[in-house]
Amino acid sequence: MAKQHVTTTVNGDAVELLCDQTQTLLDILRDELDMKGTKEGCGTGDCGACSVTMDGVLVCSCLVLGVEANGKSVETIEGMAEGEELHPLQQKFIDHIALQCGICTPGLLVASKALLEENPDPTESEIRYWLAGNLCRCTGYHKIIEAVQDAAAEMRGN
Amino acid sequence: MGRAPSPFATKIPYEKKDLKIVGGNPTARGDAVDKVTGRARYASDITLPGQLIGRVLRSPHARANIRSIDISAAEALPGVKAIVTKDDFPDMAVEHAASGELMVNFRDVTRNMMARENVLYDGHPVAAVAATSDAIAREALTLIKVDYEVLPHVIDVRDAMKDDAPILHEDQFTKGVEPKPTKPSNIAARMESKLGDIDKGFEQAEIIIEREFNTKPVHQGYIEPQASVANYTEGGLAEVWTGTQGHFVFRAQIAKLLEMDMSKVKVIPTELGGGFGGKNNVYLEPLAVMLSKKGKRPVKMVMDRDEVFRATGPTSGTNVKVKMGCTKDGRITAAQAELNYQSGAYAGSSLPLATITVFTRYDLENVSVIGHDVTTNRPKVAAYRAPGAPMVAFGVETVIDEMARECGIDAIDFRLLNAAKEGTQTHFGPKLGPIGYIQTLERAQAHAHTKEKLGPNQGRGVATGFWFTLGAETSATVNIGEDGTATLIFGTVDVTGGSRSAFAMIVAEELGIPFEKVRTMSGDTSALGFNFMTAGSRGTAAGSMAAVTATRKAIARMCEIAARKWEVEPDEVVWEDGKARPAGANVGDFAPMTVAELAKEASWFGGTIAGHAEINVAQGGPGFGTHVVDVEVDRRTGAVKILRYTLIQDAGKAIYPEFIEGQFQGGAVQGIGTALNEEYIYNDKGVLENAGFLDYRIPVASDVPFINTEIVEVPNPDHPYGVRGIGEVPIIPPLPAIANAIHDAVGVRMRDHPMSPPKVLKALKDQMIEDAAGQGTAAE
Amino acid sequence: MRYEAPETLDAAVGLLAGESGRAQVLAGGTDVLVQIHTDRVNPDLIVDIKKIAELRTVANNDGAWSFGAAVTGKELMDNADFNAAWPGIMDGVHLIGSVQVRGRASVGGNLCNASPAADSVPPMIAARAIATVVGPNGTREVPVEDIAIGPGKTSLEKGEFVVSFQLPKRAPNSGDAYLRFTPRTEMDIAVVGCAVNLTLDNSGTCTDARVSLGAVAARALVVDDAAKALIGTKVDDAAMDALSAAASAACSPIDDKRGTIEYRTEVAGVLAQRAAAIALERAKS
Repeated sequence: MAKQHVTTTVNGDAVELLCDQTQTLLDILRDELDMKGTKEGCGTGDCGACSVTMDGVLVCSCLVLGVEANGKSVETIEGMAEGEELHPLQQKFIDHIALQCGICTPGLLVASKALLEENPDPTESEIRYWLAGNLCRCTGYHKIIEAVQDAAAEMRGN
Repeated sequence: MGRAPSPFATKIPYEKKDLKIVGGNPTARGDAVDKVTGRARYASDITLPGQLIGRVLRSPHARANIRSIDISAAEALPGVKAIVTKDDFPDMAVEHAASGELMVNFRDVTRNMMARENVLYDGHPVAAVAATSDAIAREALTLIKVDYEVLPHVIDVRDAMKDDAPILHEDQFTKGVEPKPTKPSNIAARMESKLGDIDKGFEQAEIIIEREFNTKPVHQGYIEPQASVANYTEGGLAEVWTGTQGHFVFRAQIAKLLEMDMSKVKVIPTELGGGFGGKNNVYLEPLAVMLSKKGKRPVKMVMDRDEVFRATGPTSGTNVKVKMGCTKDGRITAAQAELNYQSGAYAGSSLPLATITVFTRYDLENVSVIGHDVTTNRPKVAAYRAPGAPMVAFGVETVIDEMARECGIDAIDFRLLNAAKEGTQTHFGPKLGPIGYIQTLERAQAHAHTKEKLGPNQGRGVATGFWFTLGAETSATVNIGEDGTATLIFGTVDVTGGSRSAFAMIVAEELGIPFEKVRTMSGDTSALGFNFMTAGSRGTAAGSMAAVTATRKAIARMCEIAARKWEVEPDEVVWEDGKARPAGANVGDFAPMTVAELAKEASWFGGTIAGHAEINVAQGGPGFGTHVVDVEVDRRTGAVKILRYTLIQDAGKAIYPEFIEGQFQGGAVQGIGTALNEEYIYNDKGVLENAGFLDYRIPVASDVPFINTEIVEVPNPDHPYGVRGIGEVPIIPPLPAIANAIHDAVGVRMRDHPMSPPKVLKALKDQMIEDAAGQGTAAE
Repeated sequence: MRYEAPETLDAAVGLLAGESGRAQVLAGGTDVLVQIHTDRVNPDLIVDIKKIAELRTVANNDGAWSFGAAVTGKELMDNADFNAAWPGIMDGVHLIGSVQVRGRASVGGNLCNASPAADSVPPMIAARAIATVVGPNGTREVPVEDIAIGPGKTSLEKGEFVVSFQLPKRAPNSGDAYLRFTPRTEMDIAVVGCAVNLTLDNSGTCTDARVSLGAVAARALVVDDAAKALIGTKVDDAAMDALSAAASAACSPIDDKRGTIEYRTEVAGVLAQRAAAIALERAKS
């Protein structure tokens, strides 16, 4: 089967590649573009470790075919920091110890960023329900919620 | 366990002193920036040039004999470079070794890695393939023809113990039974542990409560599936990158399974995406090495999520019978338990650990514990954070709750009356040293949580937990750079991300340099002496002992440099506040020298500065915790909501307090998941039905509230910083605490795990029927 | 596996009808990709319908809403007017998967995947939604309750797919609601789901009702007896008791890893009452 040509934008960079029709966006990020920041925890959209945004919408990259990214703009964890400067969410995650083993962290950061872009002042419950699609086994979510609350306050200028 | 303590083990007495760095919360954590930017390298992020992708063919049957395996069609598929079956691995004789907190038997380890005569669980590996792409490897698996003779299987531990159960191993006769049995059995071993006179204890009791509990297996649920990359190089050396909690133990196992010298195997532990005991066992590593050897290229193998559930090790499913007696004024006189633990397809569950922890929160005179280790057609169990303990706590802590109510005594007061303390004789041998159990109970009682008012259908439950801290072999090296900065090479795998910072804090404290001037690095098996598995809560506790030992040797070397420079005896130089100083005014008027100054002059005075430690750390101080939980029960659906959660635990000394809080919270939420919804579900063919995160239900963010935590500090007298292991205690009390809270809320006792809505609803309905019948007879 | 993304209905029909192997329609992909990953389906051709305009529009025709079958959950959630008109349908959409899943998933996919537990289906049925289906023999209208006929099976012929949904104009004093029971608060498949859609007259008496149950039979059910229990009443306690009895009686669930027959039957009655109470509140406000 001949490969498919895909032209897309990843973290603002124009990208061109060839992929199999069966490869997911997660596969092409990790295996074709060598961008290992986005993780595979389950491959079936149940854990959120593969979260990215596509045209500004939060999605599981394991549920998007690589060919569907054609002509779209994808943002991953690698694009979250501005050069040397970490995004407030990244810094707050560190400050609040909202990560231990860190495997779920890229997905959680991408999801949290999408939350705060849609709702800059979420309640605790709104944060928990938004992040319900991101499983974490190490932290019990407590410090993650605190980090998101603190980052939201800082980003609002409080 | 199963390793007798060595008389040559290292203890360093607790040094009470003012600390500048230890006990703080550094934000410049070594691992954090890479983790939040996606640069941290986990096993599946490793890519070697020319690598092949390996995949495993697994049994679809719970139990079957393998008549034949035909790999010819798969071999012929273009892109397939190597296939392995049992014929590629030597058979192993019976030989036991410690692998974390559980023991393994190499005869079984090789069979679990690759089936030989038969398959014993859904997911059991029968062959493995390496090909030029994942798609080709998957296709190759479909071309391998296995001729199975399907046999009757058994899943539940009680069923497996029956006389007419299908027998997994014809050569397994129950150990620990006299006279030695002649009929093979699924009961691999019987254990006993006694103290005092149990019959006398029950005679003294005015209240006796006897209950039976059943639990299902639960999985560690780490988000990172197992992954390994192996490279068998031309010289006959194997390098293996893998997610492991113990690379030295893995090296030993890989070497043994493949009959290689240990020195020819190098294991590099990658950043770990969660383990909790589940990554204490080799699964893919030996397969990847052999495939790399045959395929002459590196081989990368990553498990799918369903393979993780089907074929790595969950905990034991159990049947536990608890019988306890007490006087009317609340003194426990007798404690008895029968623990039936299934070990999966091969013997060796956490039964010995359950036996140790079952009653060890209480000061008892008369104890009797009997246990059975039982094989069933499920994956071989692995350790899961305090392996064996939540299940017995489910039994004991709820029976204690019943006894307290019968006596009319508050749940915490009852435990205070019977609490283990310094000097308490345990039923399994040692006496307890200084411990913080009573403090955790008292702080729980005083906590604001216990003052909160409860509404209708809301209830409060209390439970407590105990776990020991392993010591074992630990090695580390400290190198001081020419600029006076330090590097610690550590070998106790940092499974949480926090241990390496704790080590750095301690090294910085000892050297008197800033935290940021210490870099920690994980050393592979070629870089250090042996390090035991990070298990048994030993990661920071034992790892820091080696770090202190190594650092103090480096300090001794620095004192030697100063002595040589000042031309005085080595014992006339002391190390204080990060400087080498003359021991007294009579030694001479020499300006103290900093680490940086000493490092500059080190070469002239004999060589650069380093210190290394290869020690066997003595068993560490045990940890105790008290948990309080409030729940609300929906009487019409059986749904249980966690309203409030508080846990208080003795950490000995908190090196990195906020990180410890995170560990407490994570363990508690795992316990909540265990309590409410996690379980392995098998169909009548013995096939796992919920091998994914959709139907294996771990808690999501909206399922749990904030978890209040408090750290008690009763220093461990055998550790220079007073550290106790803390990782495992938090997962033990949630299951019984929630059971007690459900009873407080709606009056039903849950003894069947998990306490999922259908079960709670059924218990409520059965209760209504009982109550109605009771009223009916009263009216008559 | 081949991938095509046609831009017109005719092109899509042509691809689907003309495929000799197995053709699979792709909307959001949140079910299809999982099925491919777990080897449950092995399509020879994927037809991505997201480039076809009719599949992606949301329109309000003088109070009668319609939306394309491939409109995403998020797009519906972001439409404040649609949320106000049909909160019960949105209750269902809100519960599909996670935020990530809702960024891609569609009501069309949720329906045509034909899981008996699909969350948007009972409230769509209760709303009397009609599916517009296009195929080689032209276009036809099908009540949504007739699309799924069993687990994983639809009544669609080869080459057919759902283009859009039409909802009736809303009568005044109407409200709808959907509730489901799951063991966790999110991320679960419904053990039981119940949708209630009702209309009141000015005296507060229910003049019209429609009740649909999910996850308690081979497909989502229309429960006429449950509706009859409400019509002509003020949805008081007696009506609620009759409602839950009718809901439980209509169940013919299976025992599976998500719930037992006994449990589903019991909770169906409980959810029917709770959903009716919410629909009532919405009808009154």
